Amino acid sequence: MNALRSKHLLGIKDLSSEEIQLIFQTADSFKEVINRPIKKVPSLRDITIANVFFENSTRTRLSFELAEKRLSADVVNFSSSGSSVKKGETLLDTVNNILAMKVDMVVMRHASPGAPHFLAKHIQANVINAGDGTHEHPTQALLDTYSIYSKFGTVQGKKVAIIGDILHSRVALSNIFALQKLGAEVMVCGPATLLPRYVKNLGVKVSLDVRETLEWCDIANVLRIQLERQQVKYFPSLREYSLYYGINLQLLNSLSKPITIMHPGPINRGVELNSDVADSEHSIILEQVENGVAVRMAVLYLLASKHQK
Amino acid sequence: MKQIKQIIDQPLLEVVLSRLCHQLLENHTPFDNTVLLGLQPRGVHLADRIKTQLEKITGKKVPLGYLDTTFYRDDFRRRSTPIAANTTNVPFLIEDKDIILIDDVLYTGRTVRAAMDAMITFGRPSKVELLVLINRKYARHLPIEANYIGQSVNTLDTQRVEVLWKEQGEEDGVWLANKQEDKA
Repeated sequence: MNALRSKHLLGIKDLSSEEIQLIFQTADSFKEVINRPIKKVPSLRDITIANVFFENSTRTRLSFELAEKRLSADVVNFSSSGSSVKKGETLLDTVNNILAMKVDMVVMRHASPGAPHFLAKHIQANVINAGDGTHEHPTQALLDTYSIYSKFGTVQGKKVAIIGDILHSRVALSNIFALQKLGAEVMVCGPATLLPRYVKNLGVKVSLDVRETLEWCDIANVLRIQLERQQVKYFPSLREYSLYYGINLQLLNSLSKPITIMHPGPINRGVELNSDVADSEHSIILEQVENGVAVRMAVLYLLASKHQK
Repeated sequence: MKQIKQIIDQPLLEVVLSRLCHQLLENHTPFDNTVLLGLQPRGVHLADRIKTQLEKITGKKVPLGYLDTTFYRDDFRRRSTPIAANTTNVPFLIEDKDIILIDDVLYTGRTVRAAMDAMITFGRPSKVELLVLINRKYARHLPIEANYIGQSVNTLDTQRVEVLWKEQGEEDGVWLANKQEDKA
């Protein structure tokens, strides 16, 4: 397989395992490129990309922007704060106005699940979902699984635990899809109030006990407690969450085998992850960040090829 | 009916490779500041052979890297599917070095143009030369010519030159075939 089937990347659910492998192979090449003295290639020099962020983001937007610039694309950034969105402009109007400036690709983050799907139906440009509400975050899942593939050479047969706020996480859902498509076993773990009721239907193991989960897994992907998405209290206090679900070095050292720790960032240090773990040799968090640029370059490159001259 | 013609057979290939190596030595001896860069995917087999023969003759190590041009090509998005990238491995500095770019066939010159773009991301060489096994005459789109040529051939656009190596599990040799047809 040399090409992606769709001209958009809206979610992992729509990708086949062969397409994910193609993205990984392409990311391998870009990882080599971004470690050269000159980290730029001219592949997308005639492509203009709009990063349209209706929700706050630092690392995803930076990572996309860096990927786009390293592919030599022209980049425009839009964020809803201080824009006409505040004056009542619709999503479609906003994006059509941006497209009228001859934009070829749109990278969009939006608080509403399905917003990029809506957009993809109504505009000609390629759409990349950079996170839609609590639904999907495909490039994060691709970089997470790519980081496992980079470290272990395969994802097949690996036991991966996703620990934390599963209910409010778009990373969890996309990760579950990606890991299962590549043949990994998945367990989710967190307080019962932060586990969606349907989660078992996705074919994952469920645990409420973090020690049991860590003993089972090869890799633990620890998620941030998304306080900004929680309208009501899901657990009594951060201190209590940290006590029952926080991961520290003492806990890791007491396990029967070493495990790898991942985190999509930003970390609430001392809540879901202690600094002695986040900065230890168990952690591949910074590799995830580096891999994020390579994976996003791969996605942009493969989707841009759908833009035939 | 398949139309296929052998241009270079195995014994002739050995002679041609030996000549190319001696031409390189004539211009680059003592070979202290010269490095080889084989172009992916098919120039690397030729580059491997050249390196082996040069090391046999000179008795010293000759640095060899592999360069992939995929991300520097000008026909990206003019194809129905993107080209899959190959490995780039340049494990040395090319700053102020004499570079020998090596490819199996020189056709339009676009791959070599892309290779020069890819190469300068690793530094600024003092001199760049091009070595090819087959030079397809009258087919150039760009003003690029090789310094070292195994054999020049007249070809039509409807024909393709196929260079096969025993490293790929094939018989060593060069064939001329009509496009869309396989080696007999």
